[in-house]
Amino acid sequence: MTSRRLNLQGNQACALGAIAAGCRFFAGYPITPSSEIAETMSGELPRVGGTFVQMEDEIASMAAVIGASMGGVKAMTATSGPGFSLKQENLGYACGAEIPCVVVNVMRGGPSTGMPTRPAQGDIMQARWGTHGDHTVIVLAPASVAETYSETIRAFDLSERLRVPVVLLLDEVIGHLVETVELGTTATAATRKFATGPREEFQPYAVTEDLVPPMPRPGDGYRAHTTGLTHAPDGFPTQKPDEVRAAIGRLSDKLVLHRELIESWHSQAADDAEVMIVAIGITARAAQKAVDDLRAQGVRAGLFRPVTLWPFPEQALRDVVAKSGARAVIVPEMNQGQLVLEVERLLGRDLKVTGLNRFDGEPLSPADIAARVREELAP
Amino acid sequence: MNMETEMNLQDRPFDINDYIRLNMMPHFLCPGCGHGIALRALLWAVHELGLDKDRLAVVSGIGCSGRLSAYVDANSFHTTHGRPLAFATGLALARPDLTVIVITGDGDSLAIGGNHLIHACRRNLNMTCLMLNNEIYGMTGGQVSPTTSADRYTTTTPAGNREPVFDACALAAAAGAGFVGREVTLQVTGLKDLIRKAIAHDGFSFVEVISDCTEIYGRKNDLGASPEMMLGQKAVMRPDTYRSTVDVPFRPNALKTGVLQQTDRPEYGSSYRAMVAARQRDSGEDR
Repeated sequence: MTSRRLNLQGNQACALGAIAAGCRFFAGYPITPSSEIAETMSGELPRVGGTFVQMEDEIASMAAVIGASMGGVKAMTATSGPGFSLKQENLGYACGAEIPCVVVNVMRGGPSTGMPTRPAQGDIMQARWGTHGDHTVIVLAPASVAETYSETIRAFDLSERLRVPVVLLLDEVIGHLVETVELGTTATAATRKFATGPREEFQPYAVTEDLVPPMPRPGDGYRAHTTGLTHAPDGFPTQKPDEVRAAIGRLSDKLVLHRELIESWHSQAADDAEVMIVAIGITARAAQKAVDDLRAQGVRAGLFRPVTLWPFPEQALRDVVAKSGARAVIVPEMNQGQLVLEVERLLGRDLKVTGLNRFDGEPLSPADIAARVREELAP
Repeated sequence: MNMETEMNLQDRPFDINDYIRLNMMPHFLCPGCGHGIALRALLWAVHELGLDKDRLAVVSGIGCSGRLSAYVDANSFHTTHGRPLAFATGLALARPDLTVIVITGDGDSLAIGGNHLIHACRRNLNMTCLMLNNEIYGMTGGQVSPTTSADRYTTTTPAGNREPVFDACALAAAAGAGFVGREVTLQVTGLKDLIRKAIAHDGFSFVEVISDCTEIYGRKNDLGASPEMMLGQKAVMRPDTYRSTVDVPFRPNALKTGVLQQTDRPEYGSSYRAMVAARQRDSGEDR
């Protein structure tokens, strides 16, 4: 693919990133503020021989995406809050059966129907813990249109490499923001390892060195069984404690093993920051501006921005903060305090960690964040 | 995979052992359950059609019917409650080379999965849906279902069921399924022939199999053991005196069996792929 510069919405960049990553199946259901992703996919997928389907509901679109992926095709769906809630059932199936897929959630105001056209960051914890039971997912939170494009490609790359659902967590502002994107510059996404070798010896959930079992593809002769029941390496249900512990344990162990591949973060003016800001999405964009403005006035503020939200880049945050010598951490977010819980867990014993919360449907401004930093530094 | 064995399979007389996972035996179904007969009829039809097991996908939901996919020596997918048709829709669209069979139950497809059933019928994507109707949630211990007959006792209708029942075939036909049929498990060859026609049909095929739950439904309602229950089902069959299901929407008074609807509505997958091919041609001309 040759590179080209375009002015795009975050949602459009997400769709084009998916196509560039090799996504050839999209199932969705209309919901504000993510509908442009489905609309773009409905036009673009047929051009590359892919399939778009608008399903009867959010649950069905998540199921269809998993069905297509079980057929060996890279697949994605996109939604927003209420739809993300409905997708949790089958998202858990994808976690348990290790079916690669990408789920985009463009966050809007909640709870319930909330404010469909207004931004929020209220699904930070839902993205991590939304489906029932012990499980792990990867959640990526881009902060620009260009990053939405590249992180969508990375979402497919991680999902395919690790056989884990990846949630791309946007907020309404990033989804509808128009910025310049250079397409075709990001390395394309990997494709999952498909099973090879003799059928007789094949175990669909064998414990391999990388903890990611090769996936059987229908038609390749393996005739494997896939289930949402807890299963043994042969793919069939088990309730034997040893097998259960190994199966559930491996799901989280594989993310720990591949932590370096998964984790991504950025820091800005962090080295000598007295106050460190931790933020994601559009709030991180406001924080970037706040740091620039404060630095221009001689105030030592810095920013740590996790791009991989879950699993949280724990060591990176600890290292960046320790190196800076910061005495306080501020966590601005568009909710009543979710990201701050994780930051408190990691740093709260040694440092003052406080939130800056806005949950009225308006994004936090650079001025809001700068004022909070000044307040922290006031004698 | 032994290709020679695979090729010879079609030339041999039907032997269920060629199509089930023997390592999964004994199966977990209760004595007298009709689901095993339904599974046998399905595999018999698969054999007669000469389908390649490697390209056969069996997708099931949750419940007693949901467990059947694990017994079939094919690509099997045991999905979530009520959702097998939605999973199968993705699979069939992404992989039109596969023969997709969905096994579901009355609770799975008419209650929690009702929306998926009506839209699968409407979309008319090529797959076959076997709905095993035993009038009960068996796996969870015998609660009332959307097809539990009037006045029957279940663990959640201790005074007898007062909710009216669904006529699943009328529902599927009205929603546009290309092929709709019904059969009782007693007529096993008839059921096999019906499933065979359903699989061969190009479009969405819905087959209601009147199964029986002897253990926790029949016994609770004094319906007798499996033979009595099956004969009771046969007694209300009306294969010859068809009465419109629109006029008489509810069982148990008349049970029409056989092929109830077959239309030549366009199959959705091929229609979509024709659009994709045209779109790719147009994109090629743009360059």
